Amino acid sequence: MNIIVPLRQVPDLVEDLEIDSSGKDLDREWLKYKINEFDDHALEEALLLKEDTGATVTAIALDGDDVDKLLFTAAAKGADKLVKVTGDFPTPLTSHAQAKALANAIQGMEYDLILIGVQSVDELDGQVGVLLAHYLGIPHVSVVTGVEVNDGKVVVHKEYSGGVMGEFEVSLPAVLGIQAARQTPRYAPVSRVRMAMRKASIDEVSAEAGGNGAPEIRKLFKPEKGAGAQMLEGSPEEVAEKIVNILKEKGIV
Amino acid sequence: MSDVLVFAEHLQGNFTDSTFELLGKGRELADATGGHLVAVLLGNGVEGMTGQLGAADKVIVVEHDQLAEFNPEAYAIALKAVVEAANPSIILIPYTSMGMDLASALSADLGIPLASYVSDVRVEDGKLVTVSQMYGGKVNVESEIAGNQKIVSVLAGAFPADAGRKEGSPAVEKIDAPAELDNLRVSFRKLIEPEGGDVDITQQDVLVSIGRGIQSDENIPLAEELAQKLGGAVSASRPIIDNKWLPKSRQVGKSGLKVKPKLYLALGISGAPEHIEGMKDSELIIAINSDPNAPIFEYAHYGVVADLFDVIPALKEKLG
Repeated sequence: MNIIVPLRQVPDLVEDLEIDSSGKDLDREWLKYKINEFDDHALEEALLLKEDTGATVTAIALDGDDVDKLLFTAAAKGADKLVKVTGDFPTPLTSHAQAKALANAIQGMEYDLILIGVQSVDELDGQVGVLLAHYLGIPHVSVVTGVEVNDGKVVVHKEYSGGVMGEFEVSLPAVLGIQAARQTPRYAPVSRVRMAMRKASIDEVSAEAGGNGAPEIRKLFKPEKGAGAQMLEGSPEEVAEKIVNILKEKGIV
Repeated sequence: MSDVLVFAEHLQGNFTDSTFELLGKGRELADATGGHLVAVLLGNGVEGMTGQLGAADKVIVVEHDQLAEFNPEAYAIALKAVVEAANPSIILIPYTSMGMDLASALSADLGIPLASYVSDVRVEDGKLVTVSQMYGGKVNVESEIAGNQKIVSVLAGAFPADAGRKEGSPAVEKIDAPAELDNLRVSFRKLIEPEGGDVDITQQDVLVSIGRGIQSDENIPLAEELAQKLGGAVSASRPIIDNKWLPKSRQVGKSGLKVKPKLYLALGISGAPEHIEGMKDSELIIAINSDPNAPIFEYAHYGVVADLFDVIPALKEKLG
């Protein structure tokens, strides 16, 4: 079985996000990127399926800053093949354009299952996974937390709110939008990533992006400040005292 | 032609709050554009539910065995048939587990532009303007959607549900189920109820809720001890649950539970829209986070910018 896992990098939200001078995008010059956490879960689930079934796992990513490191890290974790999709891609790329580029690249590859993070924090115009499924003409299920391969099909669990889940049987090939892998995504130590950089190779495939369907951005703006919390300041002890006083006032302690 | 279509989401025989939130907002948009408000109800034997959709002028119903329970493929096929028949100008779909499978599918299949993560939508000089909460709620994006048809995928909790909760007898139009429903690649097997947890977090007066800032499962006892002193329980945001550090029954937010405790103490939770949705109605929210720009501070009543590993021990000491 061949499993493809598209990997995306997103701005690290621990850092401050600034808006650029056009007002229509983030200031990307000093932006720190990290793997989209849901894609990391998708990769983990793919690697677990590889352990279960002997599947081949291919990590694929659109060309961009640090994309080689992203792919080599996937190899260090256990991905068998690495594919970089090259093309004339503007930054940022809409979800529709990403999905179209991935679909064009994946069309020529052998695959049974595509596991992708259910969402990412920058998907203004919809989820890449669902768009990708429709561009490829194959079924999809989003918000998946459990995947079991069973005789040419997969049985998946899709989460609704309140913890209720739907169980579905999906014929292959299919795209699954992964919410969480069965276990915490594994960590690749730097030494393993360095080794992968020496040993693994990245195949390049060129593909067109295209794909219309994104809204036109007028401006980015930070949520309004000031309407929110009353901030408590001081040393940890002072802050703790203030909190306890509030709790006493409200009759909670 | 300028109708507003709302996907009426239901699970286990009940409409979700999102349905009424979208009907309320849809009513406003329909009135602003001079169109009708049309709800789409997909299911099997669901015609009796249309009376709850009184905010709509009309309900389009598609019934089929394969629509009895949500199915990403079947629902996308039926919704597409409704959109083609009704030709609405604005399509409102909740950004929920079900809606995620539908909005992007419809956009790709029919080439209709889509705005996602939407927290506000309005008509301005004849244009449809949306605000999306991006980057975990840290940056808002205001956009304009062009074209005769637009899909707007709305965050749960973005609008008041009461505005759309109205009994009535809207006109009902039945549309034949598309033939493709007899030949699906995705089949529904069953619904699985959540396992009963050791603690029902929706019944607690005090929740000490932890997020990514707790850093490691080894630090969870710190939160447990604090919760004990406050007479409450520990709950968590999604990353903690996805990492299997706490059971699913402790999750607050979009794919977890909605809670309204007397005290919600958020430790190291940044406050992504998906989390806010589950706790914003708590009576008292106190947030501790090392990031002064964490969106949680917009929703908390009191905030502390500090390392939670400094504040927790101090709090425990003051509580005695």
